[in-house]
Amino acid sequence: MISREEALDVYQQMRTIRSFEEKLDALVKVGRLPGFLHLYVGQEAVAVGVCAHLNERDIVNSTHRGHGHCIAKGVDLKGMMAELFGRRTGICNGKGGSMHIADVNLGMLGANGIVGAGVPLTVGAALTAETKGTGGVAVAFFGDGATNQGQFHEGLNLAGAWKLPAVFVLENNGYGEATPIEFATAVGDLSVRASAYGIRSLVADGMDFFDVFEKAGQAIEHARNGEGPTLLECRTYRFLGHFVGDPMGYRSEAEQDDWKSRDPLETFLAKALELGLVREDALKRIDEQVAAEIEAAVEAAEAAPYPEPSDVLTDVYVEG
Amino acid sequence: MARRLSFKDAINEALFIAMRADADVIVMGEDVAGGGGRKDQGIEDAWGGPFGTTKGLIGEFGPKRVRDTPISEMGFVGAAVGAAATGLRPVAELMFIDFLGVALDPLLNQAAKMRYMFGGKARVPLTLRTNVGAGNRAASQHSQALYGFTVAIPGLKTVIPSTPADAKGLLLSAIRDDSPVIFCESKSLMNSEGEVPEGDYEIPIGEAAVLREGSDVTLVGMGSTVHTALAAAETLAADGVHADVIDLRSLYPMDETTILESLAKTGRVVVVDEATPHCGMAADIASLCADKGFDSLDAPVKKVTAPHTPVPFSPVLEDAFMPSADDVVVAVHEQLGWNA
Repeated sequence: MISREEALDVYQQMRTIRSFEEKLDALVKVGRLPGFLHLYVGQEAVAVGVCAHLNERDIVNSTHRGHGHCIAKGVDLKGMMAELFGRRTGICNGKGGSMHIADVNLGMLGANGIVGAGVPLTVGAALTAETKGTGGVAVAFFGDGATNQGQFHEGLNLAGAWKLPAVFVLENNGYGEATPIEFATAVGDLSVRASAYGIRSLVADGMDFFDVFEKAGQAIEHARNGEGPTLLECRTYRFLGHFVGDPMGYRSEAEQDDWKSRDPLETFLAKALELGLVREDALKRIDEQVAAEIEAAVEAAEAAPYPEPSDVLTDVYVEG
Repeated sequence: MARRLSFKDAINEALFIAMRADADVIVMGEDVAGGGGRKDQGIEDAWGGPFGTTKGLIGEFGPKRVRDTPISEMGFVGAAVGAAATGLRPVAELMFIDFLGVALDPLLNQAAKMRYMFGGKARVPLTLRTNVGAGNRAASQHSQALYGFTVAIPGLKTVIPSTPADAKGLLLSAIRDDSPVIFCESKSLMNSEGEVPEGDYEIPIGEAAVLREGSDVTLVGMGSTVHTALAAAETLAADGVHADVIDLRSLYPMDETTILESLAKTGRVVVVDEATPHCGMAADIASLCADKGFDSLDAPVKKVTAPHTPVPFSPVLEDAFMPSADDVVVAVHEQLGWNA
């Protein structure tokens, strides 16, 4: 269980992700923000529930839907916003954008435009942790769609064979882009895929922070203790489209409403209030603080300079 | 002091030196130990790689730093990239460059782009050793010279030595380079021998070598075709035609200056490459000469390459596929107008 102080941090992170993503959605729709964005609304409990166990030695690999993982890993909001606006002050100097947002200094090894590609990278990060004895663990976030990719299968097999300190967090939101998972595989319970590689699996309710936190804690402790990798399936749902501008049409209003009735922020709050972990007035202060921080990040980003055209040539190779 | 060593032993020596000097250097790939380290069966060492280039490493550095991988190229190349980005200096072995087809994403979209995408914050000091080329009767899927693919990817460097001494020095440079380097080893040269200096030395990436000097024609080779070019130069010399022979060594970055300086002297360039002719080194060098050396050209640039076909199996066919010294001599004769 978490302390009162931790409960406020959890709420602040989940609220920040939600508000950050909703702000981006609005900015794209009025034409203020360029690019190709995949938003994390609805899945906040997963990123926050897993990253709550991580420290700076630990490495995270993310997906095309990566803002939530960045925020939960502690990446600077202003730097993220400036990156999304393509500015020189962005966390990647404007070279990466939404799909490659990263901060390697914080162990955030990047969002990734290739579905499943973060899995072998995570195996490599776990190999570094094990070989150098850093005590760190490596965590891959990926969706249900990635579990049909070769990189997922080869990565899990290797992590199992080498018993590496890795956790593979499968965020099963039911859809690979527009296609339902049951159209994509005959395997009904995706967590069973772990057994093919001799590694442990756990299933969490991805809409419930407390459940994700508990199961992720077990998986990460297992990895840190040298007991090998775990596949942690978190059953969740994305409340918005696959990308901003997704015309949808592949899922019913009733299905969406059903999942939205289990909103991870509301689910967390109800339980935290019941347990006496948080108080209404403190939550309100956090809401205001988060909103102000996001506004400030947008203002700073829009005022920031663009990269120089000549910057296209820099940072291809390590110089000197 | 230099001794005679085989190409594969020179590579082996470079790996020992790099691993002794830096505990972050690890070796991983299919059969790099080959089951070595099975002390329960009394096995200290086994294959040491399909050509023996990693022989003995498991004994000195142990199974944590010398890792046999499953036959799972996408998985272990991706893991090598992830390890490189987080603090190790992996030397991964892609047994044959033909397997690029199942290992490409970690190189193309991850290793090559991380530094750029992340605004210069990432380093990916990966070395990918891989066998290239024909001549071993290994047919279409184990004989290709696909380095043109990796040269075309911004963010990767690609090198290909032609002598044991360069193999050692270039491999040490590649391992210590903070950018990903594709290190190509020509299968047909593995057992070739040459003088190799003792100790730790580096051959800089990006510098070609001039192996023979002449004033009439420039022959540019890489890997195995350096030897084809040298053989052709010997034949040409008998007829009074004297060739500069350039060993490219580094394919990207490429030493344009050495090629253009030689062209300015000779007025003629023949590129000898065992890769197929399109979108490759020969085409790039011909383009370089037309673009930046046009005024020096006394004859069209000639590309002596493999044909636009897969590599065949039958020895008769494979020999016909490979560019030969005779092909080079014919190309030079054409430039001189001797075949008219």
